[in-house]
Amino acid sequence: MSKILEKEYFSKNVAKIVLDAPEIAKSRKPGHFVIIKIGDKGERIPLTIASSDPEKGTVTLVVQKVGVTSDKLLALEVGDEVTDVVGPLGEATHIENVGTVLCAGGGVGVAPLLPIVEGFKKAGNRVITVLAARSKDLVILEEQMREFSDEVIIMTDDGTYGKKGLVTLGMEEVIQREKVNLSVVIGPAIMMKFAALTTKKYNIKTYASLNTIMVDGTGMCGACRVEVGGKTKFVCVDGPEFNAHEVDFDQMLMRLGAYKDQEYAAYQKYLETEETVA
Amino acid sequence: MENIAEYLKAERSQEWRDEVRKSMKTKLRLEKVRVQMSEEDPNVRNTNNIEVNTGLSVEEAVLEAQRCIDCPTPTCMTGCPVGINIPKFVKKIETEDFLGAAAVLKDTNGLPAVCGRVCPQEKQCEAQCFYTIKLGKPAVAIGHLERFAADFEQKSGQIAIPEVAKSNKIKLGVVGSGPAGLAASGDLAKFGYDVTVFEALHEIGGVLKYGIPEFRLPNDVVDVEIESLKQMGVKFRTNFIVGKTASFEDLKEDGFKAFFVGSGAGLPRFMNIPGENYNGIFSSNEYLTRVNLMNAANPEYDTPVHSGKLVAVIGGGNTAMDSVRTAKRLGADRSMIIYRRSEAEMPARLEEVKHAKEEGIEFMNLHNPLEYYADDKGMVKSMKVQKMELGEPDSSGRRRPIAIEGSEFILEVDTVVVSVGVSPNPIVPAALPKLEITDWGTIVVDKDTMQSTTIPEIFAGGDIVRGGATVILAMGDGRKAAAGMHKYIQEKIKAN
Ligand SMILES: Cc1cc2nc3c(=O)[nH]c(=O)nc-3n(C[C@H](O)[C@H](O)[C@H](O)COP(=O)(O)OP(=O)(O)OC[C@H]3O[C@@H](n4cnc5c(N)ncnc54)[C@H](O)[C@@H]3O)c2cc1C
Ligand SMILES: Cc1cc2nc3c(=O)[nH]c(=O)nc-3n(C[C@H](O)[C@H](O)[C@H](O)COP(=O)(O)OP(=O)(O)OC[C@H]3O[C@@H](n4cnc5c(N)ncnc54)[C@H](O)[C@@H]3O)c2cc1C
Ligand code: FES
Repeated sequence: MSKILEKEYFSKNVAKIVLDAPEIAKSRKPGHFVIIKIGDKGERIPLTIASSDPEKGTVTLVVQKVGVTSDKLLALEVGDEVTDVVGPLGEATHIENVGTVLCAGGGVGVAPLLPIVEGFKKAGNRVITVLAARSKDLVILEEQMREFSDEVIIMTDDGTYGKKGLVTLGMEEVIQREKVNLSVVIGPAIMMKFAALTTKKYNIKTYASLNTIMVDGTGMCGACRVEVGGKTKFVCVDGPEFNAHEVDFDQMLMRLGAYKDQEYAAYQKYLETEETVA
Repeated sequence: MENIAEYLKAERSQEWRDEVRKSMKTKLRLEKVRVQMSEEDPNVRNTNNIEVNTGLSVEEAVLEAQRCIDCPTPTCMTGCPVGINIPKFVKKIETEDFLGAAAVLKDTNGLPAVCGRVCPQEKQCEAQCFYTIKLGKPAVAIGHLERFAADFEQKSGQIAIPEVAKSNKIKLGVVGSGPAGLAASGDLAKFGYDVTVFEALHEIGGVLKYGIPEFRLPNDVVDVEIESLKQMGVKFRTNFIVGKTASFEDLKEDGFKAFFVGSGAGLPRFMNIPGENYNGIFSSNEYLTRVNLMNAANPEYDTPVHSGKLVAVIGGGNTAMDSVRTAKRLGADRSMIIYRRSEAEMPARLEEVKHAKEEGIEFMNLHNPLEYYADDKGMVKSMKVQKMELGEPDSSGRRRPIAIEGSEFILEVDTVVVSVGVSPNPIVPAALPKLEITDWGTIVVDKDTMQSTTIPEIFAGGDIVRGGATVILAMGDGRKAAAGMHKYIQEKIKAN
């Protein structure tokens, strides 16, 4: 059980949650994640640890509401308990001073990108962040990203905010303008696929942090598996970060869709019951 | 050994044992036929999760116990990895002292209700029974009797909590709450230690909870045993991964003096054949975890599971049987075992194979998968299967399967469960670089004390040492390790 100590909304569907989890706070490094479960009947979902405070014994999560469990989590208030929190999981990010780092995030990938942007900035890099969304009201965490980025470029599909175009357009603009030493991309599989193709064209080393479906998060089930460099890897223990130029994004995209219909139906049902209760 | 033989002889010549033996002529005992465990109707049970074996009645148990002739040299005991005093507990049943029988079991086995259900008795005690080896007749149903006595105790509400020595306030850690960890923690508590069991998952029990299904081992049965351990003072911390949540060093700073590692063989193996990452193809661990631990088949729970109408399970072990029977229960029209050897080589318990057949499971023995094919959404829709034949025995002593060229055919499937074995959990070895491990990733220990060959305060047992074994062997290891740890700590105290 972990108590929620603070909660702050960044936008309608995105909030920061600070949890009391002293051991995890002490052991955590940037790039690590936790698995949480709410209630006896809940499912286990992975969430990146955005930051931690070993002194206070707290970890901070940034959560975007996309389905049943993320919705349930954001419905909890300060003082409530999250039933199960386990971590820190995964391998830590390779953060070092390399020069200029181009970070790109879209959709569900923006929240987990935040600690990485922060980490590279604090390691002394020049950090340029490209945030992509379908339209203006879906752009999240802009302010938080600005705090740790030398420059933030916003891209929207419909041009309602920032520049019109896909994430790759924004990335390419930077690459053509200045020397980029490393790139990190997190987002929907399709976005990462094209971002990786872009940096490959310019021979820029690129990490992608993969957000596959997980169950245990400890290497026990293989739900999170995806091919990297021709070999099957378990994202929860071998990753979540991999060389983006080696990841089979088409396979990952396919695997992420495994429960799409069930997830959608479950969320609709959940929203209906929530409404009747409210 | 001498001592044990003497001890058994003394026990056997106690007055009550003499009386029981004399109460019925051996000839009469030998004429009785082995009891039949009553079972739920196969065509009903394969649609629900009710336990298949319903257990023996008091009358059945006593009759079965009468079959045992109380041999002067009980060969059955040589087949038991933890050396349960089998004739003694069986004779207690014959005298209708059922709680006494349970107490005998608990002297050497902390989880008799579990072992009575899942031990491969036909390969252990019952294989060495007088009836089997001398008469060629069905053995005394030792497993059924074990379950009977243990269940009787659980239901009686008079569960004997083992005596615990006065607390010595020395903190010991147990990593993993499977049968190895539970057995070790029980014995360590008896010695008076302050024991904490750390478990990575949100539930206690290891494979007993996330792997073995409800229809074979109800969770309630396991929970009763865990409750006893709690009453003995054992502390449990779920959601705690030793080596991640805190390091061994952190825990030592916190006062822990030694550790028992029972972290299991949790890493699923795949076959690395084309198409294995398509949707609808699971490891048995994922499939069983979703259904057993996360309750995915119950719509009230949030975790989804995909279980289709045409299910192929690859493998021939207990895990494969559990998966294929689960698929049937989740509504499959065809639940198929695809196993590359023949039924004689199957590692699964005999009873599970029998139950599976009764429930309408199809067995495609001497078949091996080569490749999977998917629809345009990446959902598996068929697989290429090859027929096999048996050649010479291989290193495992089982006859080697050889592919029959040109025998390939396409089988329609919509769900595949890969159940071809597991590898040792790598988290603890990764956290302790000095730990000696084998090429297979198992921890190397002294076989008597279960102490690591390179780090004195680490002891280990169960699947993390054996690479995949049985509940009873894991428990036996846990108990041996507890004795080894006790000796280690006491010697350290003396030395200071
Ligand atoms: C290592 C890792 C770190 C993560 N860190 C964060 C984080 O810091 N903050 C955060 O908000 N989310 C993060 N995620 C994603 C998060 O786990 C999912 O959003 C969550 O599992 C959704 O659960 P749900 O029950 O709310 O929605 P579901 O009902 O499971 O899904 C709702 C919809 O979201 C889609 N979806 C579900 N999971 C993913 C996914 N992993 N990637 C892309 N789409 C998905 C589904 O296809 C579906 O359409 C991370 C994922 C991984 C693997
Ligand atoms: C589906 C299935 C059916 C089976 N059927 C039978 C049967 O009928 N009869 C039989 O005798 N055997 C059977 N077995 C085998 C038997 O279950 C195992 O041999 C036995 O459970 C091994 O016990 P263990 O304690 O070594 O490990 P496990 O039961 O695997 O328990 C290990 C535990 O340690 C935890 N853990 C791992 N690493 C850490 C860490 N770093 N920190 C904290 N916790 C950690 C894991 O989460 C797990 O809960 C079956 C196995 C399976 C999978
Ligand atoms: S989530 Fe189960 S192995 Fe990665």
